[in-house]
Amino acid sequence: MDVAIEIMSAICLLIGSFLCVSGGVGVLRFPDFYTRMHAVGVTDTLGAGMILIGLMLQSQDILVIAKLVMILLMTLFINPTASHALAKAAIHNGLKPVLDNKERNNTESESSSR
Amino acid sequence: MKDLIAVVMLAGIYGLLSACFFVAMDAVDVAFTEASVGAGISTLLMLVAITITGRSEETTRHKPALAFFVVVITGGLLIYGTIDMPYVGAVDAPIQIHVAPRYINGSMQEVGVPNIVTSVLASYRGFDTFGEAVVIFTAGIGVLTLLPLARSRKDDDAIESLNESMHEQHMIVRIVTKMLIPFILLFALYVQFHGDYGPGGGFQAGVIFAAAIILYAMLFGLATARRVINQTFIQFIAAFGVLLYGSVGIVSLLNGGHFLDYSVLLADPIAGQHLGILLIELGVGCTVTSVIVIIFFHFAGHKEDKQNMKNEGAR
Repeated sequence: MDVAIEIMSAICLLIGSFLCVSGGVGVLRFPDFYTRMHAVGVTDTLGAGMILIGLMLQSQDILVIAKLVMILLMTLFINPTASHALAKAAIHNGLKPVLDNKERNNTESESSSR
Repeated sequence: MKDLIAVVMLAGIYGLLSACFFVAMDAVDVAFTEASVGAGISTLLMLVAITITGRSEETTRHKPALAFFVVVITGGLLIYGTIDMPYVGAVDAPIQIHVAPRYINGSMQEVGVPNIVTSVLASYRGFDTFGEAVVIFTAGIGVLTLLPLARSRKDDDAIESLNESMHEQHMIVRIVTKMLIPFILLFALYVQFHGDYGPGGGFQAGVIFAAAIILYAMLFGLATARRVINQTFIQFIAAFGVLLYGSVGIVSLLNGGHFLDYSVLLADPIAGQHLGILLIELGVGCTVTSVIVIIFFHFAGHKEDKQNMKNEGAR
């Protein structure tokens, strides 16, 4: 039982860390504001969520778990909203997404699959 | 760097990094303050200030080389000065042998508050903290005198219609914020009254409380927020906080102790200390909250007044 929980927690933590790192890579590598924000927004919500779930599985104390659940709920609420507000502000101020016209179709299908 | 928003963001990142640094040094209270004040509210107030002044830096007329020279010299002297300082954590450092041992050893018997930082801040060094509260209050007065608001009362219908038109635009953010604000306020109260037992206290709680109010003002419009929070009332609260702090000191004088010596407040010295710390933290919290709200309202209101004047001029 303990081993199973340990393994599950380790998997969650690993996935979370991987997502956070890939979010960081995305910020550096993606071409324009919106794709970068997408990288941060999605991976940070899911990455932080997975790490928190992994930590919840690790701890025995019910109080710690309750606190972690609160933090998880907060991130689930706040992170997407912040990304939404940020993107909205960018559009409102007239920032155009960068589109590669030659390979436009390719990029669009790629970005939708991401 | 010419873009002032980028500069402000860098300052905020610096605040957050130094908060992490304080956590690494095991100074959780300071880290909490730095994260809420340095990274949070001061960034926000600077952003509001930028909305008044404009986003990009004016071209400078002075010589940057001279300024750079002065900075390098001063920095060099400061670094030279650190050579004489004892190493971090050295046993014979003045900070380890001066008053710190007495605070650490005597705090539990004399003040009876588990969090030594709070007992030092509010009881041993109560007079310094009083000074800080007064400084914050003075800043509030300064903003009140420098940026007086035009008393243009919009009628309720205009505010209502403006609200409706904004509601469509900002629906998601508004709904999420509406859900979050009660929790933020609750957390602020927790930080305020839990300062005796864990990291927290009046300064942090005041900042968090003010942040909730500012969030509300940003999303629901300044006019709506001003209807919710009466300006005269909040100015009264700012003064009341300092007054409460000072009164605790006066009462302890009248009871035959020193200024801000809480042991004489009640028959039991420890209970007196608890009561005194609770009251002065409350005073600090009141002052910090209302001064930050006043500063924000006046900065943002100044911008709005300017726009109104421009609109009327155009007509």
